[in-house]
Amino acid sequence: MLVLDGLCAGYHGLQILHELDLRVDAGEIVALVGANGAGKTTTLRAVSGLIRSSSGSITFDGRRADGVRTAELVARGLVQVPEERALFGPLTVEENLRMGSWTQRRGGNEEAALAEVFDLFPILAERRRQAAETFSGGQQQMLAIGRALMARPKLLMLDEPSTGLSPKLTWAVLDAVRTIRDRGVAVLLVEQNAAQALRMADRAYVLESGSCALSGPGPELADDDRVRAAYLGL
Amino acid sequence: MTRPTTAHGAPAEDGGAVTAADPATDTPVAATGGRAWWRGAVGRTALVLLLAVLAVALAYWRSGSGVVVSQAVVTGILIGGVYGLVAMGLTLIFGVLDIVNFAHGAFLAVALYVTVEMTGRFGVHPYLALLVAVPVMFLLGAAVQRGILSFSIGQPLENQLLITLGLALLIDNLLLLVFGPNPRSVALPGDSGVEILGAVATVSRLLAFGVALVLAALLYLLLQRTRLGTAIRAVAANDTGAQLVGIDTRRIYMLTFAIGTACAGAAGVLVSPLVTIEPTTGELFNIIAFVVVVLGGMGNVVGALVGGLLIGLTEQLGALYLPGQSPLLAVFVVFVLVLFLRPQGLFGSKA
Repeated sequence: MLVLDGLCAGYHGLQILHELDLRVDAGEIVALVGANGAGKTTTLRAVSGLIRSSSGSITFDGRRADGVRTAELVARGLVQVPEERALFGPLTVEENLRMGSWTQRRGGNEEAALAEVFDLFPILAERRRQAAETFSGGQQQMLAIGRALMARPKLLMLDEPSTGLSPKLTWAVLDAVRTIRDRGVAVLLVEQNAAQALRMADRAYVLESGSCALSGPGPELADDDRVRAAYLGL
Repeated sequence: MTRPTTAHGAPAEDGGAVTAADPATDTPVAATGGRAWWRGAVGRTALVLLLAVLAVALAYWRSGSGVVVSQAVVTGILIGGVYGLVAMGLTLIFGVLDIVNFAHGAFLAVALYVTVEMTGRFGVHPYLALLVAVPVMFLLGAAVQRGILSFSIGQPLENQLLITLGLALLIDNLLLLVFGPNPRSVALPGDSGVEILGAVATVSRLLAFGVALVLAALLYLLLQRTRLGTAIRAVAANDTGAQLVGIDTRRIYMLTFAIGTACAGAAGVLVSPLVTIEPTTGELFNIIAFVVVVLGGMGNVVGALVGGLLIGLTEQLGALYLPGQSPLLAVFVVFVLVLFLRPQGLFGSKA
């Protein structure tokens, strides 16, 4: 579904990604772990078109995705939830969600998507008239994921969904991620919380200095001595 | 290459291990923020209204002649509605594009000359000029944003500020070049006076006020009730978020600037029968609109309307209190006071 081939990208002449190869197939959760500054977020930003890649290629759903604008990618089903969540603070929960389906045709589709999101996160239905900025961290993360689902993604990219959340809430969010995968959405998950991410991932990549150091089935990597030593502190 | 050791991915974080950074409970960030803000806003509005009433009462007491004061109050509120409309456009542009648009008044002046030409040359009724001036100003705003300002997106604020300032000078002088320095005026056929509270208001002022309020309400409804308006507010709230849901933010920037400019255009047509029209007339409105925007809270559209009414009133009462001085004196006193006491404006939440 998503294929990165020799991707190079960075900011203002500072190259962060060095020939990164990565693949996400339909219906799987792929975790992307690595130390701070390894290029996890940069990878997501390059894939969603927020920054330009300097060389290499990105293919999504059989079509080139590099050099394509974010709005177009969202319409094609590639949606990112950034680490800072980027919610529309003063807007209500419902307005935030409805904006999520901006690229979709209006009509019954939007209502159906809304119902699905409310089914996944009932708290959002309860507080649909509340401003997003009054939400707690966990609720904001749910809203951010819900907003992304409103675009009917084929691939959902989550950047550090557990940032600032208690372990209990982290489990709740990651549980929701599994449900989303079971509903047929592929997930590319970037996590600081590497152990949890690796355990739930079908496959995983360990990023080091902007390229792939290790890859393989998630649980296998979680048990890999090198990974444990370097990233899990065990 | 050494592995970064400072990474906070390094410490043990398996399953249930609680790290110090994790909050024990998921406490709402600002659970009471909304309500407290409302209470504050209502309180401040009440305080400002009280001050306004006191100022009016004091003026009555001082002057002895009620008619003069009534006249000032009525004129002030009526022109204040137009100030509100000008300022709504300006504050919308600031809220969404983060541009301090010094050319706003110049755009208003363009609309004034459009009205002058249409009434003078084609004998069109001034208010019918709205049908031409508003779309023309909308397109002009779109062209200026796309053609000039869009290139400075992401650059320091000063760049955009200087560009709009330069644009204002350019427009002023273009108007001077094309229409000459002689003051012009727009005559309103069949304008008459109507008595309100002992004061006389011309129909043109009442109409300017009424149409400005209707347009302000339409703008408010556009922003609050339509999908496009929600997208505009979304872009204002979080640019990255807007891009990530697939909103074409460049298009929203262009449309917002166009809508803001159209507000200045509409206001220009509405005040055309009330002012002496010179190439620099726009500057006066520009200054007032800036004061109104700061008073109402930068980026706050409703605040701009309320601020407009207050500044209209201030200007007229100021002329009563300080006869012989520029009416702008009182406006600036209020401006300085607001900057001192509440720089985020009456209805701004945080600076």
